[in-house]
Amino acid sequence: MSDKVAPLRQPLSPASVAALTGEVARLIVEALNLDIDPAQIDPDAPLYGEGLGLDSIDILEIALVVSKQYGVQLRADSEDNVRIFASLRRLVDYVSAHRTK
Amino acid sequence: MVAYRAGAPILVPQFLADVRRVATALGPCGYVLNACRDRYHFSVGFAASLLSRIVSLLPSTHTPEVVRQLAAFAPGAVCLTDEDNCSIALPLIRYPREAAPLASDAVDPAALTVPQIDAGQLAAYVFTSGSTGTPVPHRKTWGPLVECVREEANRLGLSARGRCAILATVPPQHMYGFESSVLIALCNAHALCAERPFYPADIAAVLEALPRPRILISTPVHLRALLAAGVALPQTDLVVSATAPLEPQLAADTEQRFNTQLLEIYGSTETGQIATRRTTDGAEWSLWPGVTLSLRDGTTWAQGGHIEQPTRMYDLLETVGAGRFRLHGRVTDLVNIAGKRTSLAYLNHQLNCIPGVEDGAFFHVEDSPASHTGVTRLAACVVAPQLDAARLLEALRQRIDAVFLPRPLLFVARLPRNSTGKLPQEALRSLAAPQGTSASAP
Repeated sequence: MSDKVAPLRQPLSPASVAALTGEVARLIVEALNLDIDPAQIDPDAPLYGEGLGLDSIDILEIALVVSKQYGVQLRADSEDNVRIFASLRRLVDYVSAHRTK
Repeated sequence: MVAYRAGAPILVPQFLADVRRVATALGPCGYVLNACRDRYHFSVGFAASLLSRIVSLLPSTHTPEVVRQLAAFAPGAVCLTDEDNCSIALPLIRYPREAAPLASDAVDPAALTVPQIDAGQLAAYVFTSGSTGTPVPHRKTWGPLVECVREEANRLGLSARGRCAILATVPPQHMYGFESSVLIALCNAHALCAERPFYPADIAAVLEALPRPRILISTPVHLRALLAAGVALPQTDLVVSATAPLEPQLAADTEQRFNTQLLEIYGSTETGQIATRRTTDGAEWSLWPGVTLSLRDGTTWAQGGHIEQPTRMYDLLETVGAGRFRLHGRVTDLVNIAGKRTSLAYLNHQLNCIPGVEDGAFFHVEDSPASHTGVTRLAACVVAPQLDAARLLEALRQRIDAVFLPRPLLFVARLPRNSTGKLPQEALRSLAAPQGTSASAP
């Protein structure tokens, strides 16, 4: 198995979290060509299914964008492939913990 | 050996014991919607259903509306699930907990007899969406299913390689996954991989954990993502793609990155697979022996071989010699997004069934800016003054698979119908231009 996960990082300051959250929201909206304002995405609403209404193809698309932008390969840590996408906040947490660039 | 889970083998005695346990759990019922996510669980459930003469129902999606229609089609149907919070509205039968591994000296020799299934037994109904709002059932008899995947094993050269480990990125309930990951393994003594990894890094890791020879069964969407992700790809003995034609460049890149051959399969839910090609060798497809194509009223029909009845194909196929054809695109009403198939007529019917929708239509948009996965969505415009986007999308989600949800969804005062009441696709597309009032997401 190729477990090349970056070491966990120090928790980010609230300002950095907010900046990263805005950045990831923008990436999602651009990658999926969504017709919404990134700032309108509720950080605690589910991205998958209800909420933002994304499906598994969108999730794959975001996984690729995130791998290019932050050097993070998303991995399913359980049977549920989309747990990382439970909310924008969860995705941002994952990215900030595992980013390599 | 029947399967691998986490790289470890599951042996035949274990499989047979599991099949009997699940057959007992299913009890006497006529039909089962096998919704198991784990491919080994699905395969055990399918074998147990065969053994008990229970017909498996394989719809392409499990939306509440489709489940209601299935229940009406197949009275007494139950749902076999391996999830704790399955929301399918049928009597649920939980896949039993894994039994302790069998001790080799504890196996009763009689229990090692592999059951024989009558070639004429009805094994499954697969469904296409039809155009009237009701899924159309297609019978799948055991004999033709086996005949088809024995030829598939020949075509893929599996028999010459010894026992292969088969990893698939497609669900076992989809006709392609059913044939090319479940039946091909069970009927030709190869081993399927229980996992269905999703993220590119997971696919690479699960593949690497399998012993060689190992085969990857996938789709253009997943292959494109796998190649774009920048993960190291393990040496693989064969890569197979189906659900939509693969661009020659992507085929060549796949062969190069996996250092192996890529074969493409052509088929349909109705016929099962009927042809293969090595994409880097050229555009022509080679038909299964006994299968022939004919042209009637401008439409291609396929018949013979394992095809149970002459079947109208929704692609334009040009015969170019004995047993060979070229593919020339789809009949326009047909929609295929990431291997899920439906028609504009079906989607329009579902849209117009929603209370509050006065008129509405789906349409194809021009290719959106290249996405990594190469998937283009449908758009829809709707006259529904009493509804907002969120409520309308929620109602649609109950009826159609999420991949078909419109993006964008446009609210308009009236549809651009011409004098005969028809809706030219061109007029619909012009609505999708930037000046339209759009509300693609809640």
